[in-house]
Amino acid sequence: MPQYLLSVWHDDTYELDFASPEAQRQMTQVGAFNDELQRSGAWVFASGLHPASSATVVRAAGGAVSMTDGPYAETKEQMGGFWVVQAADLDAALDLAGRAAAACERPVELRPMEGE
Amino acid sequence: MSDTLDAVFRREAGRCTATLIRLLGDIDLAEEAVAEAFAVAAAQWPTRGIPPNPGGWITTTARNRAIDRLRRESTRPERHLAAHRLQTNDMEPEPDPDPELEQLDAFVDVVADDQLRLMFLCCHPALGADAQVALTLRLLGGLDTGEIARAFLVPEQTMAQRIVRAKRKLRDNHAPYRIPRPAELPDRLQAVLAAVYLIYTEGHTATSGDTLTRVDLSAEAIRLARALAELMPDEPEAVGLLALMLLTEARRAARVDADGSMIRLADQDRTRWDQALIAEGHRLVRACLRRNQPGPFQIQAAIAAVHADAASAQATDWGQIVTLYDQLHAIRPDAVVALGRAVAVAELDGPTGGLAALAELDPDQLDTYQPYHAVRADLLARAGRHDEAITAYNRALELTTNPAERAFLTRQRQTAARTRRPRR
Repeated sequence: MPQYLLSVWHDDTYELDFASPEAQRQMTQVGAFNDELQRSGAWVFASGLHPASSATVVRAAGGAVSMTDGPYAETKEQMGGFWVVQAADLDAALDLAGRAAAACERPVELRPMEGE
Repeated sequence: MSDTLDAVFRREAGRCTATLIRLLGDIDLAEEAVAEAFAVAAAQWPTRGIPPNPGGWITTTARNRAIDRLRRESTRPERHLAAHRLQTNDMEPEPDPDPELEQLDAFVDVVADDQLRLMFLCCHPALGADAQVALTLRLLGGLDTGEIARAFLVPEQTMAQRIVRAKRKLRDNHAPYRIPRPAELPDRLQAVLAAVYLIYTEGHTATSGDTLTRVDLSAEAIRLARALAELMPDEPEAVGLLALMLLTEARRAARVDADGSMIRLADQDRTRWDQALIAEGHRLVRACLRRNQPGPFQIQAAIAAVHADAASAQATDWGQIVTLYDQLHAIRPDAVVALGRAVAVAELDGPTGGLAALAELDPDQLDTYQPYHAVRADLLARAGRHDEAITAYNRALELTTNPAERAFLTRQRQTAARTRRPRR
């Protein structure tokens, strides 16, 4: 069955305040969505990510490895989390993406995985 | 003979491609197969005559050629992969076509449902409107890339990339080849209808200075709408779209004057309207009304029908039009509808009434929307508020690129300037 990446996107005001009512509501919704994914067999893997400020970019050139503090993309939009799902086709995947976007109340990008 | 073959190609290409996509599971393979089959037809039919079922002949020949090619060029696992690259999730279960087992002399006819499947595939909401239109014209219309590019005034290379990218996206994302399920159907159908309507309104007649084929996209759009209405007789919106386009097309001869400038509806010579198209449009609108399942295209068609009914602009039943706009606005509360409604209200209640309707809209949101300023300017001028009218005309002109329209608005502004009272 084809696999798709669902990624969640935040703007730079992405600060995880777990205590806020919004965050609580979203976490409940995402939890319910994750349960559905596992029940239906669509779940492959998923996780939230720490904010972009926690990232490190590593480059390898001429046998040497260098590091830069911060995310690769110097944009205000950053990925906040992702799901890998399996779905029969694009329409099924879009249905999951719509429910994901509703659960986390943020835009979700759907990309097909290479392979099949 | 080549004229007749062109006519057959135009008529059958879309249907044959649609069926081949289902059989082969790949858009590119299907296109190549159909093209090959037409080449064979061009070689054989002049001497043998056109077969009684040309579409079925093309589809069968295309399928056979494709299987031959798959056998020659592929290893075994790749052959089966090619046949299943597009998932076929039909409502009715269908045996998987195994190219190995199919009798080469078994006749394959075009299937009406395949054309619908292809329409829904081309107009998939994951594609942008531009891509939907390009793909529809390519796969269903049988137009070549150059023809489509000229019709939309973009370079051929741009259009070619647009089409390639769209096909690749559908393939890489595993877009299903099926008629959407009932729950999804209303939205998916609206996307298809919107794409066909875009072809009608945005396409331009390609002018040929040489031997290039002249492509009339209005005719193409009407042909697609007729096919849709025939394939989905239980969908009144499909019928509504066809009615809207026929009633709009009926006014075509009266819409442009000898210099190529646009003539407003109010000023058109109605004796030049095509009564046969109007009659058909009316018949379809009545059929929609009987269904009593209104939708945006049906209501727009009804508005066009009220206009078509009026022997003159003065005789127009503006009350009926306002009522229809109210109905349309309830399901589609966007600026285009609101403006159309304001114009109708102005005809009924005078320019002050129209301006009151416009006042309900958010001017900040509409600041870059040219029609808002053009309509507002006209109503202000008619209401005697000439200074404000001139300001609005200026803003409209800032946003107008079309030369004929610029000339028109400039003349209107001049009239407003002449008519206003001199300042003390």
